[in-house]
Amino acid sequence: MTTMATAHDSLTGEILRKFSRWMVWIVFGLAALIAVIVGYIIDPRVTAAVLASAVRQSTPLVLGAMCGLIGERSGVINIGIEGQMLLAAFIGFLVNVWTGNLLFAVSAGVLTGALLGALLAFMSVTLMIDQIIGGSVINILALGLTGYFYTAGLTTKGKLAPIALGPLAKIPLVGPVLFDNPPITYATIILVFVVHYVLFHTKWGLRTRAVGEHPRAADTVGVNVYFMRYVNVIIGGGFAGLAGAFLTLEAVGSFERAMTNGRGFVALAVMIFGKWTPLGSWGAALLFGLASAVQTQLQFGGKVDIPHQFIGILPYLLTIVVLAGFGGRARPPAADGVPYKKE
Amino acid sequence: MSDQIALQVHNITKRFPGVLANDSVDFTLKKGEIHALLGENGAGKSTLMNVIYGLYTPDEGEILLNTNHGTNGLQRVNIETPHDAIRYGIGMVHQHFMLVPVFTVAENMILGDEVTRGPSLDLRTARRQIRQLSEDYGLEVDPNAVVEDLSVGVQQRVEILKALYREARILVLDEPTAVLTPQEVEDLFKVMHQLTDRGVSIIFITHKLKEVLAIADEITVMRRGKVVGNTTPSDTDEHGLAAMMVGRDVILWIDKEPAHPADVVLSVKNLNVKDDRDVLTVRDLSFEVKAGEILGIAGVQGNGQTELVEALTGLREIEGGSIYLNDQELPAVNPRALVEMGVAHIPEDRHKHGLVLPYTISDNTVLNTYYQPPFAKGLQRDQKAVLENSEKLIQQFDVRTPSALLPTSNLSGGNQQKVIVARELGRPISLLIANQPTRGLDVGSIEYIHSQIVHRRDKGIAVLLVSAELDEILSLSDRISVMYHGEMVATVDAEDASREELGLWMAGSHEDEDHDAEKENQIPVEQS
Repeated sequence: MTTMATAHDSLTGEILRKFSRWMVWIVFGLAALIAVIVGYIIDPRVTAAVLASAVRQSTPLVLGAMCGLIGERSGVINIGIEGQMLLAAFIGFLVNVWTGNLLFAVSAGVLTGALLGALLAFMSVTLMIDQIIGGSVINILALGLTGYFYTAGLTTKGKLAPIALGPLAKIPLVGPVLFDNPPITYATIILVFVVHYVLFHTKWGLRTRAVGEHPRAADTVGVNVYFMRYVNVIIGGGFAGLAGAFLTLEAVGSFERAMTNGRGFVALAVMIFGKWTPLGSWGAALLFGLASAVQTQLQFGGKVDIPHQFIGILPYLLTIVVLAGFGGRARPPAADGVPYKKE
Repeated sequence: MSDQIALQVHNITKRFPGVLANDSVDFTLKKGEIHALLGENGAGKSTLMNVIYGLYTPDEGEILLNTNHGTNGLQRVNIETPHDAIRYGIGMVHQHFMLVPVFTVAENMILGDEVTRGPSLDLRTARRQIRQLSEDYGLEVDPNAVVEDLSVGVQQRVEILKALYREARILVLDEPTAVLTPQEVEDLFKVMHQLTDRGVSIIFITHKLKEVLAIADEITVMRRGKVVGNTTPSDTDEHGLAAMMVGRDVILWIDKEPAHPADVVLSVKNLNVKDDRDVLTVRDLSFEVKAGEILGIAGVQGNGQTELVEALTGLREIEGGSIYLNDQELPAVNPRALVEMGVAHIPEDRHKHGLVLPYTISDNTVLNTYYQPPFAKGLQRDQKAVLENSEKLIQQFDVRTPSALLPTSNLSGGNQQKVIVARELGRPISLLIANQPTRGLDVGSIEYIHSQIVHRRDKGIAVLLVSAELDEILSLSDRISVMYHGEMVATVDAEDASREELGLWMAGSHEDEDHDAEKENQIPVEQS
């Protein structure tokens, strides 16, 4: 009888806890939905364009955030996302210029990110260097290398084009926003759900989270802490690499110095706002993406007469308001950033 | 219990740089017995267990295991990782629990040995298995509960179940009672018997003599890396065990003269204190401590003792009431003023509040007086005076160290505590507040610190002793108060106190029923 009662209590407790956790998102979602419907009634074309732009602008942020979060879930802080993105963007671009093959180019970008991930893992897991310094090394390295080898005037051999998904793309509003995107944007949306599933519903995910919370506990039941951290940081690097490839091969089509422009760091904010979860990060990234898209629309739509510097503030203002007001208490993994030393 | 051998280690030697942690250790565990492994801190118990559990590889020696249940065939095994140990049916419950606080019980149980269906975790099956297991062994636990919400006793139960889930036949319990209340200890002992009834063999690591005598079938004592003896509870007593552990005769029950209480030194009136979460944890407390007596405050940890001591030592603001020292009202939250008024404080957590570990021993001995002459000359420190003073204290308080200029972190727990005692007692004081002064220390250090405390009392110092160890309270105090839910539920003369009665008070049951029923229903929440 008592067991039943406690089981019941903890179940309702669980539901309540989940509910309050998602409350912020429900409120946001409803507000966004109303805004979209109103916008659609007033001007369907602009609304669709803004939303499509929001989805695409969110892509590198979600990828960066997932790079950060699987690293941190396993206990390694990665502040080198910016550098991983930048070098991957550069290498991806070069491979495209040399071979003209976009698939090779994207793979090269992912591989570059993964290699930098391996470097970070080596520094922080094996050498136990302070992880902030390890990440900074990668950022500086990427900035230096890309700056040094950058040659002006290289021309790209095409970029990834949107693929309309047949009849789905014909649905009003939803079609152009979700079903008429280039490949990396599709891949990112799929990855969000894959990472969510792996992290919370598989053996690998359970072990990853255990290693980031209490590595010794994981070690005593036979989980290889170093292996888990290496693999997660390397896969994370691959995500950051894909984000870099997105910038040169899907969004812009060419490389510029320091073109990541802080996205790697914004991705970290996205990760924190998303409470170290893929779905949360996706929501957060869409919000950032939307703010950027609205900002662009306001600047170039020419309908409002506000100096563009003020409009440019919008995404950042939103960040502050959201983080301060709705962020709630986010708790990072307990062993985040702490090197594990076997006894 | 049978005569079948479950595990045997033979001639195990393990060296660490500069230390011989295990020196040709032999140890035999019979099937279904509770085998106590007794020894002081650093005697090599944990090293031996870590070898058995695959966390250390021994330099020499072998481990033999009864791998098949039927015959008595012992087989040599190589245990190189905890995974191997688990495979051979060895489970360990560590002193610091190896549970992920944010995971549920079920997630913690299956970690490393997951039940899956396809690529997904199968938590439903896991929960069913756990319920079955807890029924089989009579260990009630809710698989859906999040570990950090559970009490320490229940967390320990989860740890035991975790080992059983991995089909452990040999269970190593590393200092399992250190974190438990007396009632929880009794529950644990019941569980241990239930396990041995079902054929599980238990190695029980501890340094508490009473517990060994109460529950062990067999006792092995270690000292300085060696096994110094084997015995059974019927063949020995506390003194015998203590002498084996320490290697000489030990005074367990300090022999002290009757107290001669004089003037009131510390007087507390209607004191109310809140904890960090803003909950009133000391409620309307009034008591006095006289010069030349020891007032012991007994109680299970977390009943307001920490907040009381912090209030008395100027580390925490008080909500109401007053504190008088020698008829002078204490200033609010000013530890330095209290030090200057002659209050000595041995804090509960020596690492957090007692010492600056990376500092030298010498610097730690002047943490509360460094700014005064002779240790300071104007704005400058007088290193020579500091060093001379610390060397004198090291000698006087028997701190075992090659130099006063070593980082305090290099010392053993007992010697670190002696540094604190030296700092606090090595100057003129009128009141000593000692909170858990011997927690986690070995018998030898406990004996020394106890004698120092009694010695101060005899010199006319008022002593307030706070401890969760009933033995310590009973052995030192002249008067005993019991704290429960922030209130003093009883105060008795030490001569009239019985262990059983104190235990009941500590658990919150009183004799006068009417008053009682009311208390039981009262939950310690904030009053404003």
